[in-house]
Amino acid sequence: MPPDNSSPPAVVVDRLVVERGGRTVLLDVSAAIPAGSVTGLLGPSGSGKTTLIRSVVGTQKVKSGAVTVLGEPAGAKGLRNRVAYVTQDASIYPDLSVKSNVSYFAALYGRGGKDAMAAIDAVGMGDHAHQAAGNLSGGQRTRTSLACALVCEPEVLVLDEPTVGLDPVIREELWNRFRDLAASGSTLLVSSHVMDEADRCDRLLLVREGRFIADDTPAGLREATGADDLESAFLRLIRELEEDR
Amino acid sequence: MSMRITFITAWRILRQLLNDRRTVVLILAVPALIIALISAIMEDSPRMFDQVGLVLLAVFPFTIMFLLTSITMQRERTAGTLERLMTTPTAKMDLVGGYAIAFGACAAAQTGVAAAVAYLWLDLDTVGSPWTVALIAIVTSVFGMALGLLVSAFAATEFQAVQFMPVLIVPQIFLCGLIWPREEMAGWLQGVANALPLTYAVEALQHVQTSTELTAGLWADLGIVAGAAVVATVLGAATLRRRTG
Repeated sequence: MPPDNSSPPAVVVDRLVVERGGRTVLLDVSAAIPAGSVTGLLGPSGSGKTTLIRSVVGTQKVKSGAVTVLGEPAGAKGLRNRVAYVTQDASIYPDLSVKSNVSYFAALYGRGGKDAMAAIDAVGMGDHAHQAAGNLSGGQRTRTSLACALVCEPEVLVLDEPTVGLDPVIREELWNRFRDLAASGSTLLVSSHVMDEADRCDRLLLVREGRFIADDTPAGLREATGADDLESAFLRLIRELEEDR
Repeated sequence: MSMRITFITAWRILRQLLNDRRTVVLILAVPALIIALISAIMEDSPRMFDQVGLVLLAVFPFTIMFLLTSITMQRERTAGTLERLMTTPTAKMDLVGGYAIAFGACAAAQTGVAAAVAYLWLDLDTVGSPWTVALIAIVTSVFGMALGLLVSAFAATEFQAVQFMPVLIVPQIFLCGLIWPREEMAGWLQGVANALPLTYAVEALQHVQTSTELTAGLWADLGIVAGAAVVATVLGAATLRRRTG
């Protein structure tokens, strides 16, 4: 479903500058993420994807500029029930069972055990609900971590490389899940360094060395670069930029 | 801060501990066993055991709660769960309060077992009530827990967290009057001892040993230890950052 352009954007990044350890990681980036869409944040590792994501959820110190989420400054108190964050490494408690992990986050969001079980089933972890999170495989941990975010039915869901190291079947399932969420009105920002996931997104933000080098739909990006696949489109953009220098 | 979220957090931390059966056994049994060992060593001088065993009832839980909290909190900081919690409705004081309640309950259980063994089986003898002794011991171990919370901010790894024990805990044990009477120490060492909260816990215990009266001096000593616990807890909460670089 194409994003509805009439409603205000869910996330607005305005001239954001972030420094980490004396190095400028994001250099004056701006973008608007449409509500009810899946936006892919793509770029090589070290390009500033995680820093941007942390700025959107409000855990990153920023030097200048602003990030507005659902009309409020990123990280504002009013957003903590509406925005959920899935970190790159599964941030769950290894010594708790899947169910206890998800129930804990459910309780923090003021939700009950039924919501927790629904979230566990939604990520296909129903059969493992009583297993300790520490004994799960990497993909199962990621899915548990995702369930801890889904349980609050977030309006904005921010995911940092959620499909890294997952087998193709689970990846497919997760992307279908993301599409369903967007179709029901949620806004998703998903980072990835795998270009073959780009076609699943409504919009793409390509990041390189702390700047956005493209902000377009997958079709628009193909058209602008004349490339058939998005990987070569990305490469062409980078070459053009380097020639301009 | 919300009482609901504080208790949810405390319950989650307790669940993590309860899932680790070996730790539960160690927490409950070790102080009692060590006191039994001291009692066996001092078999021929029960009056000496009355003094040393009594002080150990407070010093052991104090040390163990410090270790447990500094390591669990350090894990929370480095495993990404802290960052994740900071994007949920959890306030910093909810988290710190949750730790205080969970480990306070732990300390109470530990002290209960150790005191029961010491009084009922090892013939520990005090003029004052065992209940007063238990109260002093629990307040002291809550102070140990608060120090652990604070220290976790300065430890980059669990390895470093453990290394803080000889820095912060051992001097307090040596100077509190357990291994040498404070009056017989050099003047400057007495000055240092007077600045350390554990000294007042020991003073309170020594008072209970010789008197049934709950004097103002006893409450003042206990107040100093409780005050130190509150200060360390608040400082510990201040080291939690919603936004990091």
